[in-house]
Amino acid sequence: MDLIILKTDFLFLLVLAGVVGYVFIVLRDDNLSRTWKKVFQRPLAASAALIFTFYILIAALDSIHFKLTAQDRVGSGEILSVLDIVLWDVKVNVEKTYSAPLAYRSFSKESLQLENGKIVRDYPRLFYGGAHLIDPEKNHHSDLSRLIAMGLISGVALWLGAVGILVILLKSSGRGNVARVIIYGESIYPFRAILLTLALVFLLVGLFISLSPHYHILGTDKVGNDVLYQGIKSIRTGVLIGTLTTIVILPFALFLGICAGYFRGWVDDLVQFLYTTLSSIPGVLLIAASALMLEIYMAKHADTYSSLIIRADVRLLALCLILGVTAWTGLCRYLRAETLKLREMDFVNAAKAFGTPARTILARHVTPNVMHIVMIAIVLDFSGLVLAEAALTYIDIGVDQSTESWGNMINGARLELAREPVVWWSLLTAFLFMLVLVLAANIFADAVRDAFDPRIKDR
Amino acid sequence: MLIYILRRFLYAIPILLTVNVLTFILFFVVNSPDDMARLHLGQKHVTQESIEKWKASRGYDKPLLWNIDEDGLTKVKKTIFYDHTVKLFFFEFGQSDSGRDIGFDITQRMWPSLAIAVPVLLIGLMVTLTLALIISFFRATYIDTFGVVICVVMMSVSGLFYIIGGQYLAGKLLRLVPISGYEEGLISIKFVILPVIIGVLSGLGASTRWYRTIFLEEINKDYVRTARAKGLSDAMVMYSHVLRNALIPILTGVVVVLPSLFLGSLITEAFFGIPGLGSYTIEAIQSQDFAIVRSMVFLGSVLYILGLILTDISYTIADPRVRLD
Repeated sequence: MDLIILKTDFLFLLVLAGVVGYVFIVLRDDNLSRTWKKVFQRPLAASAALIFTFYILIAALDSIHFKLTAQDRVGSGEILSVLDIVLWDVKVNVEKTYSAPLAYRSFSKESLQLENGKIVRDYPRLFYGGAHLIDPEKNHHSDLSRLIAMGLISGVALWLGAVGILVILLKSSGRGNVARVIIYGESIYPFRAILLTLALVFLLVGLFISLSPHYHILGTDKVGNDVLYQGIKSIRTGVLIGTLTTIVILPFALFLGICAGYFRGWVDDLVQFLYTTLSSIPGVLLIAASALMLEIYMAKHADTYSSLIIRADVRLLALCLILGVTAWTGLCRYLRAETLKLREMDFVNAAKAFGTPARTILARHVTPNVMHIVMIAIVLDFSGLVLAEAALTYIDIGVDQSTESWGNMINGARLELAREPVVWWSLLTAFLFMLVLVLAANIFADAVRDAFDPRIKDR
Repeated sequence: MLIYILRRFLYAIPILLTVNVLTFILFFVVNSPDDMARLHLGQKHVTQESIEKWKASRGYDKPLLWNIDEDGLTKVKKTIFYDHTVKLFFFEFGQSDSGRDIGFDITQRMWPSLAIAVPVLLIGLMVTLTLALIISFFRATYIDTFGVVICVVMMSVSGLFYIIGGQYLAGKLLRLVPISGYEEGLISIKFVILPVIIGVLSGLGASTRWYRTIFLEEINKDYVRTARAKGLSDAMVMYSHVLRNALIPILTGVVVVLPSLFLGSLITEAFFGIPGLGSYTIEAIQSQDFAIVRSMVFLGSVLYILGLILTDISYTIADPRVRLD
């Protein structure tokens, strides 16, 4: 196996490294850590941050890619991620076509040849889902309840382990009566909410571990791929679009916004002209035009973009880029307005009087004082971007069709609603995965805004 | 004021020109007229002759930006840029690449778009204002908390979910309305009602929460305390003081989007098969019809700038303290 770093992998890992660096800055800065403490003191926000972290972790695992070489037993030349290897069984256990969640037989009837040569129309057994059952009609349910019970028990065991670690940590830091801190919430941190969220996550993980070797937990899609696997794989696309777009937005908005506000005059005019022009072009059309162009460009340079996964990767990156180009204007406007206010402040005037060069004033005095706006904008934009991906992919100007994404899942499953009985699991999976991420992002964004916005007073 | 508006319109010209140059470059740098001809004629068995003919009939046989063979002003005039872009300023959209009159198509297709966008805006505004008023009336109670939670959940659900869920529920399970399609005349209500309801629903969470913040900001102001101190009932204060003052930021926010209503909603129209401008744009994108996409980009920019100007004007009307100069 050879390590392969796709462009988006590199950028995403860079963002993660940036986040880690930011955490260190926060820990060393009293003022910032006080503000962030305010965020994490909210029970809902702490839970949301935890769930958000799980999504990021999965996306990070899915962002380390390998290329299989001839020495590997299977699939030479295929590009896999660490997540693929973790979920290997779920990935390769492909059925023929649709099957319902936790089913042991196919979703639609087929002509089957019995042992005595007769042909009957019946539901064929699945290759993998419930394949271990000898008499499925009788013991399907009991088998399911046994596996679910086992999954729940292992989930509880994992959770108890986590609680144990927390107790040990609290004890060693000497926080008085640990039981009171956790059970009665006698702490500034919402340990109860965190533990409840952890319990939920671990129960789901436990269920996954116990059920997935034997069943397709959320069924299979048209070509028999596991739907849950697709949902998990799509996390990377969603998270990447949310994060990479912001690193496109940031430099533009920060640099141009601050310069426009500080220097006024022709710089201001130019920047204002730039963002009015860009925001007056309907975003969807700009994205569509760019998607068209990229397609034509890649068709002309077909040899450079030979691999499907590399092509999909470039398309994902291009989508982030163009989303960033359409989205930076809003933040830029806020930053310009804030800088206009700041430049009249006494501390800026004092710096000017000392003869500090404009560069230093901007870096030392202005930028730190607009960072709260940047922070709020980043977290607020995230959820919108995740939702936008699904909509854009639906009109075929989003990510590549071969990329696993919630938009593609919805798009593929949409027509199946017309079937009788309905194939609902693909849609539901995509919507649920998306809802959890967006909801967590929204709740977290609210807490961040309340903590960072100076206009909102402490309550 | 008149001079101000005039100046704003003059400012719009360089912006629109830049938009046009930008889209022009976007399209023609990667995609030469020859490529476009090949695309529209089909990839196989295309002779250079038929390409030239296609280009000539669509007006793509001229130089892109600068015609060296001509003199004076015609140097600029006899180019693709002039033909296809400058004419947009006079709202002459010309022919689409498939040979239809774009201007005619637009006037035809804006009505279905309006039939959905206008009710969505009006009903949505009424519903969200009422809800936000109720929620902020019961501020800091369980109703408030519950309402905000519902709003956050509703705005976290993908818009596609509302559409697909609505189509499934109302169209397939209950068989109340057709799932998609459109017809002219009064019967169109049957087709419009579901998209309108879904349009209102999908915007409900975000705007209710947003209006609630505006109301709460207003409630904490001094004049509200004065009004209550002189003995007005809570309901009276909410309705005749808070609502009226909060309407200023809300209405000006609505005015921005007014002109863009013509463009319709891309996603809604595509899902419900409404032959409006939104689906027109999507069809153009999918069939790679650059002439239409360019016209729609231009129209979108014009309407956006119009929205900005209207906002400024509405500020002066709603709030007499604001003066434009």
